Amino acid sequence: MTADPSPPSFSSAVSARRPLFEARGIVKRYGSFTANDHVDLTILPGERHALLGENGAGKSTFVKMIYGALQPTEGEFFWEGEPLRLSGPAEARRLGIGMAFQHFSVFEGLSALENVALALPPEPLAALDRRVREVSGDYGLPVDPSKPVHALSVGERQRVELLRCLLQNPRLLILDEPTSVLTPQEAETLFRALEKLSAEGCAILYISHRLEEVRALCSRATILRRGKVTAEVDPRATTARALAEAMVGAEILDVKRPSGDQPRGEEILQVERLSLPADGPFGVALKEISFSLRGGEILGVAGVAGEGQNEFMDALTGERRAPEAGMIRIAGVPAGRLDPTGRRRLGAAFAPEERNGHGAVGDAPLSEALFLTRRHEAGAMGAGGWLSRFWAAGETRRIRERFDVRAAGDDPPARSLSGGNLQKFLMGREIVRAPKLLIAAQPGWGVDAGAAAAIQSALRALADQGAAVLVVSQDLDEIFALADRIAVISRGRLSEAYPAVGMTPERVGLLMGAGHSSPEAAA
Amino acid sequence: MIRLEPRAAPSKLMAMLSPLIAILLTLIAGALLFALLGQDPVEALRVYFLSPFDDAYMRAEVLVKAIPLALMGAGLAVCFRANVWNIGAAGQFTLGAIGAGAAALFIPAESPFAMLAVPLIAGALCGMAWAAIPAALRTRLSVNEILVSLMLTYVAALLLDWLVRGPWRNPRGFGFPQTNAFPEWAHVPLLVEGTRLHVGAFLAVAAAAGLWLMMSRTLRGLRLRVTGAAPRAARFAGFSAAGDVWFVLLLSGGLAGLAGALEATSIVGRLQPEIGAQAGFTAIIVAFLGRLNPLGALLGALVLAVSAIGGENAQILLRLPKNVAGVFQGMLLFFLLACDSLIAYRPRLVARRRA
Repeated sequence: MTADPSPPSFSSAVSARRPLFEARGIVKRYGSFTANDHVDLTILPGERHALLGENGAGKSTFVKMIYGALQPTEGEFFWEGEPLRLSGPAEARRLGIGMAFQHFSVFEGLSALENVALALPPEPLAALDRRVREVSGDYGLPVDPSKPVHALSVGERQRVELLRCLLQNPRLLILDEPTSVLTPQEAETLFRALEKLSAEGCAILYISHRLEEVRALCSRATILRRGKVTAEVDPRATTARALAEAMVGAEILDVKRPSGDQPRGEEILQVERLSLPADGPFGVALKEISFSLRGGEILGVAGVAGEGQNEFMDALTGERRAPEAGMIRIAGVPAGRLDPTGRRRLGAAFAPEERNGHGAVGDAPLSEALFLTRRHEAGAMGAGGWLSRFWAAGETRRIRERFDVRAAGDDPPARSLSGGNLQKFLMGREIVRAPKLLIAAQPGWGVDAGAAAAIQSALRALADQGAAVLVVSQDLDEIFALADRIAVISRGRLSEAYPAVGMTPERVGLLMGAGHSSPEAAA
Repeated sequence: MIRLEPRAAPSKLMAMLSPLIAILLTLIAGALLFALLGQDPVEALRVYFLSPFDDAYMRAEVLVKAIPLALMGAGLAVCFRANVWNIGAAGQFTLGAIGAGAAALFIPAESPFAMLAVPLIAGALCGMAWAAIPAALRTRLSVNEILVSLMLTYVAALLLDWLVRGPWRNPRGFGFPQTNAFPEWAHVPLLVEGTRLHVGAFLAVAAAAGLWLMMSRTLRGLRLRVTGAAPRAARFAGFSAAGDVWFVLLLSGGLAGLAGALEATSIVGRLQPEIGAQAGFTAIIVAFLGRLNPLGALLGALVLAVSAIGGENAQILLRLPKNVAGVFQGMLLFFLLACDSLIAYRPRLVARRRA
């Protein structure tokens, strides 16, 4: 516990506009990866300050350091002008830094009141009940504290989380993507409460990728891109387009892409009005997704995290079945009710985002991973379900040679490979089959630049041979480098797919943030 | 406050050595326990772990004890590998004994079915049927199989108790709760005259070897391993989780039933309330001691059998209470799980934070 030893009298004699909180040159490194690169940020008392950025821009890393859950590699924080070193979240809370989490940590079986009580110093429940009802009335955040949390809606749960923070009388409240699970009406209620709170002098750091919200709520915005501050602006005085540009970067416009006018093959994947209910309280429902994909083309599906990509992938692979067979057709055959193996038999191949534990079993050797997706091939299995080790060893060697998969030993466990090499192997596992359709999620995620380039060119080559390729990615650079057409997934809906030639990052960014206004309207 | 943090790369060597370390720690703790009980620890440990090898009869007894443990341990190893927790092998064992007993008692000697295979198969089928209950509840209603299989153990014990005190009681048994002795054709042949070692030993070895082959070389084994280690990868591969739950519960239940049938038709020779079903719980330790590998379970069964015979000897020679054997088994499982945890996780002392 390295609490700031300076006496409180120093910090009380300050002018009103002196920053409440300041970050100077904050750097956070994980090995060779720099999550935050000399981030500066100043928060004034009572200010509503937005931290904007794409997924992976380093927002969450940064706020975790403010909250004491992570320590910066370099740089310093100041609290009312005094250097601040936090040993952990408990100390942050004592200073008056509160944080409402994106996936709030509430206990389902307990009542709302009991959940709040757990976060606070011990006090009689009856007294706390009074306080909760008082604060909930004051800020217009209606919650029945006696109700068990599992009976609350997602919006109510979030109010519980917020009340829990408010009862600690915060002076700086951090909200991480608070509206990502709210209905527009619930979001409105939240904004009213936040406005009242800041009018009373509590500063708010509001983390979001939704431009419109930030423009409605905040008077200042710090924009992060790839760990660096790219702009500090007044969002009300800036166009959504300029904000989007600062968020996603403009330099990617120059990436060379295929012209998009090469001859296209027949329709290989057709999805028609695919809807799927959410799978649990943090799931996203898919709503009437329709698109089709021809041989020879790459469709890029862009979108920030948690907009329904996982559900979209599960529905396409068959890990979750569609309600009707005809909602998904692979090579013309209704496939919506088929399991993943049935879809693979139709010529589809899949490469999930998570490699250890989804695409392969971490502790199992590479050769065994082949049986997960390719056991229906000739030669893979003998009669009676015996696995052919000969086939697996030969295929493993072939994939490793063709895709330059580097690892120690002939048949190492998947976990021992670097991210890039494992991804090359798992992509190779599907590509050497020469599938008619390949669906890949985040193919370049966590992969070094060399491997990412190799994977991109392999995907391009596959499409050039006539296969249909679908790439779901949060990385716009990757989408623009690969795709012939681009669609955006947002809140479980898929936008129309626009030719990549006419698309710009700003237009994609607007589609991501603003839901489903057409890009023409934004341009 | 101590926090366990996952180790980046758990040592493979230590994972292999973990059972040996656990056995060593059990010996040390056991020596302490004996000293506290006022015994000479060295002599007590000798009785416990070396006296079972003193003569040929004892050695055969070790194997006799190991047979049901190996059969059940191999089945449970497969089950646990698939992340399905059948804790009720004791109940399935009891049902196996009941099924074998029904066949042995009610098939007339002149019937073409009056052959040893029939009670054994009947026992295996009854064990499977008992395990089918948690399987059905888990796959249809998502009921936790641990609770169901465990509680069915008590139901099975009461069922056996009722049968041998009620409808199946030997009318000329002087009121003892037991059935008639099984007929001659329903006795498992002995391997070595003058001992109780029976041909069930071959079945145990065959089951362990067969399951090992299945786990390492067949699609069934692969899918069980994938389901257990990475359920999401199993779904991605198109393996049905429900099918796996059924398979492993029926498999382990069938083997437990077979073990019960063998016990009833060899050692006991009739049905009575106490038929050694406790071995179903010991088999859980056997499976873990064998690293959830069916062949390893064979070795684990021998270790546990030695300690069981040693426990009996200690009762006679040192007048130690019978429960000491149970304490030993408990310590062994505790140390084993502790070793495994510490191999996978690193303990770290962290300052307790005030809320």
